[in-house]
Amino acid sequence: MSTRKTAYVRPLDLKHGRVEMSHGAGGRAMAQLISELFAAAFDNPFLAQGNDGALLPPMPNGRLVMSCDAHVVSPLFFSGGDIGCLSVHGTVNDLAMMGAQPLYLAASFILEEGFALAELQRIVESMARAAREAGVSIVTGDTKVVERGKGDGVFITTTGVGIAREGITLSGDLARPGDKILLSGTLGDHGMAILSQREGLSFDAPIVSDTAALHGLVATMLDSGAELHVLRDPTRGGLATTLNEIAQQSGVGMMLQESAIPVNPTVAAACEFLGLDPLYVANEGKLVAICAAQDAEKLLAVMRAHPQGSRAAIMGEVIEDSHGFVQMTTKFGGRRIVDWLTGEQLPRIC
Amino acid sequence: MKYVDEFRDGELARNIATNIAREAKPNVTYRLMEFCGGHTHAISRYGIADLLPSNVRMIHGPGCPVCVLPIGRVDQAIRLALEQKVILCTYADTMRVPASNELTLMRAKAAGADVRMIYSTQDALKIARDNPLREVVFFAIGFETTTPPTAVAVKQAAVEGLNNFSILCNHVLTPAAMHAILAVEGGIQLDGFVGPAHVSTVIGSQPYEVFADDYRKPVVIAGFEPLDVMQSILMLVRQINDGRSAVENEFTRAVTPEGNRKAQALVAEVFQLRDSFEWRGLGSVPNSALKLRPEFAKFDAELRFDIDYVAVPDHKACECAAILRGEKRPQECKIFGTVCTPQNPVGSCMVSSEGACAAHYTYGRLRKDA
Repeated sequence: MSTRKTAYVRPLDLKHGRVEMSHGAGGRAMAQLISELFAAAFDNPFLAQGNDGALLPPMPNGRLVMSCDAHVVSPLFFSGGDIGCLSVHGTVNDLAMMGAQPLYLAASFILEEGFALAELQRIVESMARAAREAGVSIVTGDTKVVERGKGDGVFITTTGVGIAREGITLSGDLARPGDKILLSGTLGDHGMAILSQREGLSFDAPIVSDTAALHGLVATMLDSGAELHVLRDPTRGGLATTLNEIAQQSGVGMMLQESAIPVNPTVAAACEFLGLDPLYVANEGKLVAICAAQDAEKLLAVMRAHPQGSRAAIMGEVIEDSHGFVQMTTKFGGRRIVDWLTGEQLPRIC
Repeated sequence: MKYVDEFRDGELARNIATNIAREAKPNVTYRLMEFCGGHTHAISRYGIADLLPSNVRMIHGPGCPVCVLPIGRVDQAIRLALEQKVILCTYADTMRVPASNELTLMRAKAAGADVRMIYSTQDALKIARDNPLREVVFFAIGFETTTPPTAVAVKQAAVEGLNNFSILCNHVLTPAAMHAILAVEGGIQLDGFVGPAHVSTVIGSQPYEVFADDYRKPVVIAGFEPLDVMQSILMLVRQINDGRSAVENEFTRAVTPEGNRKAQALVAEVFQLRDSFEWRGLGSVPNSALKLRPEFAKFDAELRFDIDYVAVPDHKACECAAILRGEKRPQECKIFGTVCTPQNPVGSCMVSSEGACAAHYTYGRLRKDA
């Protein structure tokens, strides 16, 4: 990662250049791509060490949390974000759902031969911005290039570490009958932003992905002192799948109120149009919280006071059920099961 | 959401439910078939069964395009993709229908077949334009609702001279299936039909008059929103109580007596009746499906490729056939919810969200008698 001063090297053509096989071959071209593009954008002392791994300072007190997330979204750029910021938010949120303060990320790129360097630069800069905003450093990484036709532009995998403060235990198996289920905001924005773009659907108001880092919201929730049992971000498979996972892990059932679940009107309309159910559509900036019943109102107030939880709602409760069914009272007045997602509702969304 | 929420209003639903409960005579059983999968889905998704008295029973009909497709038809599509190496374009629902040799279109895709999921026939035409050196076949399925877009695509392909495009035609006709259900000897007892929604926007309400006049079965055409279904049930209960059998239209905001003349003309221009077509559950039904007219024969994949139709019996334990005839309920099938689930469907009714088994499994399997 050191900058060569000895001989003149023609700078990368970030305007018209494309990814070539040599950019992944380990030679000078790769070193140049790393220094002029990645290191320049992610700029931090750990990455600047230029070694095979980053040597980090001693960790603050608490337990180390580690998580990893691969991103293969198509299209790479969408309303409200791109694969770059998504790859930061995805891992930051996975750490946050464990109650951890995210600290460092590692990023691995699989680039397709022929991919425009200008687009790669946009993606990398978006990643750097997202990391800066989230207060995490991208301290190490890797780049590989695959032949044209064997990738889809760029795939990004990020791995993150963070520290969970002492005394905090959040886990999918801690939901107890009587607990309340809270949702931090509207459902389905990310998945429908991707799909409407992919299908060329346009609406009066464009659907914007909700991709965002949630650890700030989580920190205020933890600070509130509410007895939190489970936090999870309903990404692929949507809210329905997330709740079914928790119900199974905890050996409980759930009863939701459809009327309490917030959905943006445009998202609802797009779902209606395409025959999709917002409960199964992916989110990238929302969380589900399960907490002790007596703390639910307090937690709701804290969430609503945070910009990322302004539309938070108490949408149901945990019930006893040995079958682990998630059920919902419909607005219509009937009752239905909210089952796992079967197959795939949308391809390649995150 | 405007024009949607109005038809999902819980309070109105309770009012209609109160009226149904008051008007349904306790000593009479009302056996009503909702023909369409769209209605089946709405009934399950909104928990409509919870709002009906126990003597008003909904019987699921065969109006789910994916469900009535027999195994042999899916086999043809898979052979086109795997053996003839065509690009096979299909609507998403069809991807997971079980066919012979443990295959589905999705598994064929994983095994190397070029299967593309599309949302519209226009997507298939675009794929044909973009791949002039490949054969592109559209797996055309569905009732009268999906037939006009296929007709448009075929006409467009003819105009553009898209000679690498063809269709595997499986378009079927609703009234023929209703006849077949009523004609089964010793078949189910039915007191009325909740008539098709979207199909009726195309064919109109007139084609159902024969069921009211000759078979003495009331038909109420209903939209796919839950309040539409509730209101049509109330209208059927009233007809039955009065001893009347008429075709009534609850879905007046979209359905007229004569239907969409332009769409009908398009379909008539491109398609003609098949002498006979095999349906899952109903067997071979005369004049129940369409094929391309001779002047469009070059777009007929069945003539273009060597893929003779071979009838294949359903899985022995699968009750899809009886369920599609309304003779059995999903939970009466021995493998429902155990061997056969939406994740690993054995029969077609467990595949599409409109299928009776999938709808019951997904939304209602807690209920004992829904």
